Amino acid sequence: MYRNSNALGESAWVRWSLIAVSLAFLSLLLLTPLAAVFYEAFRKGWAAYIQAISEPDALAAVRLTLVTAAIAVPANVLFGLAAAWAIAKFDFPGRSLLTSLISLPFTVSPVISGLIFILLFGARGWLGPWLSSHGLRVVYAPPGIVLATIFVTFPFVAQELIPLMQEQGDEEEQAALTLGASGWQTFRLVTLPNVKWALLYGVILCNARAMGEFGAVSVVSGHVRGQTNTIPLHVEILYNEYNFSAAFAVASLLSFIALITLAVKSIAERKTRTEMEAVRKVDERVP
Amino acid sequence: MSSGIQARAPAYGSPHAGSPKGPRLKLRLGKRGILPGFGLSMGYTLFYLSLIVLIPLSTLVAQSASLSWEGFWRTISAPRVMASFRVTLGAAVQAAAVNGLFGFILAWTLVRYDFPGKRIVDCLIDLPFALPTAISGIALTTVYSRNGWLGGPLESMGLKVAFTPLGITVAMIFVGLPFVVRTLQPALEDLEQETEEAAASLGASRWQTFRRVILPSVLPAFLTGFSLCLARAIGEYGSIVFISGNMPMKTEIVPLLIITKLEQFDYAGATAIALVMLLLSFGILFVVNLGQWLAARRRRAG
Repeated sequence: MYRNSNALGESAWVRWSLIAVSLAFLSLLLLTPLAAVFYEAFRKGWAAYIQAISEPDALAAVRLTLVTAAIAVPANVLFGLAAAWAIAKFDFPGRSLLTSLISLPFTVSPVISGLIFILLFGARGWLGPWLSSHGLRVVYAPPGIVLATIFVTFPFVAQELIPLMQEQGDEEEQAALTLGASGWQTFRLVTLPNVKWALLYGVILCNARAMGEFGAVSVVSGHVRGQTNTIPLHVEILYNEYNFSAAFAVASLLSFIALITLAVKSIAERKTRTEMEAVRKVDERVP
Repeated sequence: MSSGIQARAPAYGSPHAGSPKGPRLKLRLGKRGILPGFGLSMGYTLFYLSLIVLIPLSTLVAQSASLSWEGFWRTISAPRVMASFRVTLGAAVQAAAVNGLFGFILAWTLVRYDFPGKRIVDCLIDLPFALPTAISGIALTTVYSRNGWLGGPLESMGLKVAFTPLGITVAMIFVGLPFVVRTLQPALEDLEQETEEAAASLGASRWQTFRRVILPSVLPAFLTGFSLCLARAIGEYGSIVFISGNMPMKTEIVPLLIITKLEQFDYAGATAIALVMLLLSFGILFVVNLGQWLAARRRRAG
């Protein structure tokens, strides 16, 4: 399965041109924007950078982003574990429909994801009149932001766990049960350790998206400075005011998180592949 | 895997082995599997899905059901709306095509060749996934604007990128690249060397082998990646609104139009446009599934 430049491969100059083209394309397309973020953020010096990210509205945005992620990620992890357990370890009618339903947010534009919450909770929406008569605000307020974020990020954990748990099957869990373990013990001591890297991978992706979501949140937020803005929305405000270095300074916070996400993803992906391959090797040994 | 266990007796030491009624089998209608927790996990899953997904989505369905045909058609056929679809779809197809070509080259290089920095390159492909769209948007605008690192040289060559449809295409290329590469990589890895060797031993040149043997095998995956990239490009908002300039009739994209209608409290209009977008996404999803079905059929035959 290992392929390197072999005898029936391309000639060296074809190989190196393709590599050169790949590297050039990647640098021009991906690296320049990434570099631009950090360059613009630090161009006016360290003091300006600190001032931009410690300004009250920026801090409020950071707080809202963290709170949103702190709610969305654990809720979605719980969902992901429950859904993966139900789908991977059992067979029931409608299983593939459920799996497709779970990947729905991936196919829907973020703006539409926000639209449906406006339709439900907005002033002229279904629950709008009821909410305003009770003095409650869901959209154009933090609760709406949290809900929209949960909607766009809920598949991430489930998507990582389901294929792996399906591949692993339920033999180990059955063995644990016959040895007298309770359901919860089995889940905690057998299932979870087997999927820990895929779980980490899913959590990281979910978190990155929860903190960085822009389209859906932009629709449901009231764009009120210091109150209903997450970090991406605050960046947008700064940018539209031509306050470029401050915008990029705040943006660099999420860019750091993006880079950490990529690094953890790369490690977790390799470990997940090892987990998958370990399962396949066991399968091959069993007659 | 789980279906076999129901026919076998519980193992020695199991709580049911010594029961006077003999080994007991746990049979539950509608659920095949003997692990506990189905009710709890399934119940929570359905509860969560209903709350977060189904109920909000049903408002979209209800709202669209209340649209009259004339109202729907009037909204969609308005010149500004038609223009936005033209701009969005045109740019999306161009972006998907560029990503198809370069994404293939990238995937091929990553799967087949070794070079210094390969791991970093592989890692970097997912940057558009990890980076928030608003940040990609402002970064791309800065890079391609008139005095930007790339915009400057391009403009002196006569190519204006920022605030033109070309800028929209560039932003879509940025966000769509991972889809093509990540779908092609497993397909290229799964290719069997024997097939290529057989072609070579029958006298095919490397190019012939590539064109007649390799390309058809990865075509389903390519189609999937291309379609996913297209779907993403059509729905993308954050990365594009900064670089596009948002001039109605010229560089206004469909998602922005939905937001504009919402701000004007034109829920019906926003829903109408959203419906068309959803139809497009589902159409593309259908093509994706078709491609995967073709791939499965090919695997079964071969």
